Amino acid sequence: MPEVVIPIGPHHPALKEPVNFRIIADGEKIVRLELDLSYNHRGIEKAAEQRNFIRVLPLLERVCGICSHSHATVFAKGIEEIMGLEISPRAQYIRTIIAELERMHSHLLWLGVAAHEIGFNTLFMWTWRDREAVQDTLEEMSGNRVHYGINEIGGVRCDLTPAQIETALARLPDLEERIKKYVDMVNSEETLLIRFRGVGMMSKEEALKYGAVGPTARASGVDYDVRRDDPYLAYAEVPWKVITDTRGDVYGRTRVRIGELWESTQIVRSCLENIPAGPIRVDAPKNAPKGEILSRYEAPRGELAHFIRTNGTDRVERVDIRSPTLANWTSVAMCLVNQNLADIPVIIAAIDPCLSCTCRMVVINQKNRMNVTYMKNKGIALDPGGRLNGRRP
Amino acid sequence: MTDPVYILLYIFLFPGFFFLFAYAFFLSYLDRKIAARMQQRIGPPIFQPFADFIKMLGKEVINPHGVDWRVFDAIPLIALAAVMTAFLYVPVTGASPLAFPGDLVVVLYLMALPTIALFLLGWLSRNVFSAMGGVRAVTQLFIYEVPFFLALLTPAIMAGSWSISEIVRWQQHNLWLVFFQPIGFIVAIVGLQAKLERTPFDIPEAETEIVAGPWTELTGRRLALMHLTTEVSLVVGSALMAALFLGGPILPWTLSPQWLNGAVGFCLFLAKTLAILFVLSSITVATGRLRIDQLNDIGWKYIASAALVQVGIVLVINFLWVTP
Repeated sequence: MPEVVIPIGPHHPALKEPVNFRIIADGEKIVRLELDLSYNHRGIEKAAEQRNFIRVLPLLERVCGICSHSHATVFAKGIEEIMGLEISPRAQYIRTIIAELERMHSHLLWLGVAAHEIGFNTLFMWTWRDREAVQDTLEEMSGNRVHYGINEIGGVRCDLTPAQIETALARLPDLEERIKKYVDMVNSEETLLIRFRGVGMMSKEEALKYGAVGPTARASGVDYDVRRDDPYLAYAEVPWKVITDTRGDVYGRTRVRIGELWESTQIVRSCLENIPAGPIRVDAPKNAPKGEILSRYEAPRGELAHFIRTNGTDRVERVDIRSPTLANWTSVAMCLVNQNLADIPVIIAAIDPCLSCTCRMVVINQKNRMNVTYMKNKGIALDPGGRLNGRRP
Repeated sequence: MTDPVYILLYIFLFPGFFFLFAYAFFLSYLDRKIAARMQQRIGPPIFQPFADFIKMLGKEVINPHGVDWRVFDAIPLIALAAVMTAFLYVPVTGASPLAFPGDLVVVLYLMALPTIALFLLGWLSRNVFSAMGGVRAVTQLFIYEVPFFLALLTPAIMAGSWSISEIVRWQQHNLWLVFFQPIGFIVAIVGLQAKLERTPFDIPEAETEIVAGPWTELTGRRLALMHLTTEVSLVVGSALMAALFLGGPILPWTLSPQWLNGAVGFCLFLAKTLAILFVLSSITVATGRLRIDQLNDIGWKYIASAALVQVGIVLVINFLWVTP
């Protein structure tokens, strides 16, 4: 069969968000992938520059529907550091609890989506049902299911009552049991093993080279987690461990995420049990001093970084959001080559892509377009056909 | 038996087309309900498949650009007609009055037609997803059809007849064939699952990869008819399994009034087809989708070999049984 171009997206059942993949396939084998992101550019970074710190937090929460807490926390963390605020331990613990609950619901959602991509709808239905328990807990604590809005510059918006802590703790044993069940299923369910093992392989060297982050990198044996290596919130005070795997395929990524699910339940339990008393908020000044900071955070999908520059007013001069999906795209383009056409959805899903967070405006500088000589001088690798990630330079 | 009115009633009313459609909708409902309950969902109400059918019949028919609409209209009809005809030879209340020596081959042939129809639809749609789905459907056909035929060949060898009704009659005097050929039964169930394109064999219509495969460009009544074809195939397939391996709708002994035989036979038919459906639904719920190359490996390495082993065993049994 000659090479065929198979368009996936911007509207396709495998995708929940707009993105365009042009898959060039030879029969059922993928030759290369052409990526077109940015169908949903919302100009959030620019909008963030127009608002003061109080109004910018709800906006940043809306960068992503799944890791909404991550974006708000990483920004609040950065601004607080610039302002030199000391956040009370109780607020740190509450932020940690919400963060880990968010990781749980994100990973449960991912497990369901990954199962759905290989047509295993039973696991999809089950994980999404169990996710409801997490969502309910979040709703009880913050009042919302998706955009919790619990952060404020200087602390958190609402406190946890003893009754809330009790109901949250009561929900955990069921969840732990279900997670054990999923560990079992992932290790023994035959069709799942056939479809996940050896698919989308990425070695440790490649993961480092292409800058993969989060569970995607950890599944390839990269032992890196911001929560441990650059501790923030209450992570230094709770016992937990970084989950890594050496397989490097979709199966490894599944195992890492399920392992993290378990760790998250333990972190939440430990935080709920040992939450210190005290105030939940300190008063923050209206303006932040002039400064620059790179605030990092381990979102469910990997390392999230906000670069923040303030100029002494009540708003940021620049906030640059590097979402984990953006870091993972190159690894996907690499993983897909020579894989089977039927594995596209599951390999793409394996990085847990969040497309709208990733949208960037691209300005093509017609004068200084990259050409082959330029790239050779810069040391950018090309394949024999002179293509970089499938696109002719 | 040869009364033309009886034959007409048989074909059109019971257990022919009228019953067939009703039962097809019912099985489809049960299939969805069973899957839903296993997945902790509520599932559809009982008339949902029928309501879906009527709704889709009323929807606008869209002709893809550059597609010959006559052929596009005809293919679902041909596929549906094929499986409806196949049902007439499958025993429902007793032996089918239309039975003739060799009807098993005709039924198998007619049941293969919907897959060919899907391939043609995919090819004609002028859509890359449909074309890929069509190619996959045919690739898959070559993989499962051989073991499926071999598995259904074994009852015929054992009973010494190519007529489904004869095979049922043979089981009336001996044991159910599933006891002689458990391997063949399993292979046949797997083959049927693949023929109906249900998970793990829903490769041609894998929605996360190729949208709906050959179904992508189907709209309105064409879609309704193709869905009905699948539902009817489900009835024919499970009835065929019940007849060939589970003794069909006949008790080992005859009851005194003639009508009672038919009634009991019908109840047996319902019970056995429902049991087969339950097995098929469970497989659907418990598995994910395979990849076409993986199916190729598994199909030829294991399933086809298992079917061949079963044929060998049956030949040996036959030899030992007849010779002394």
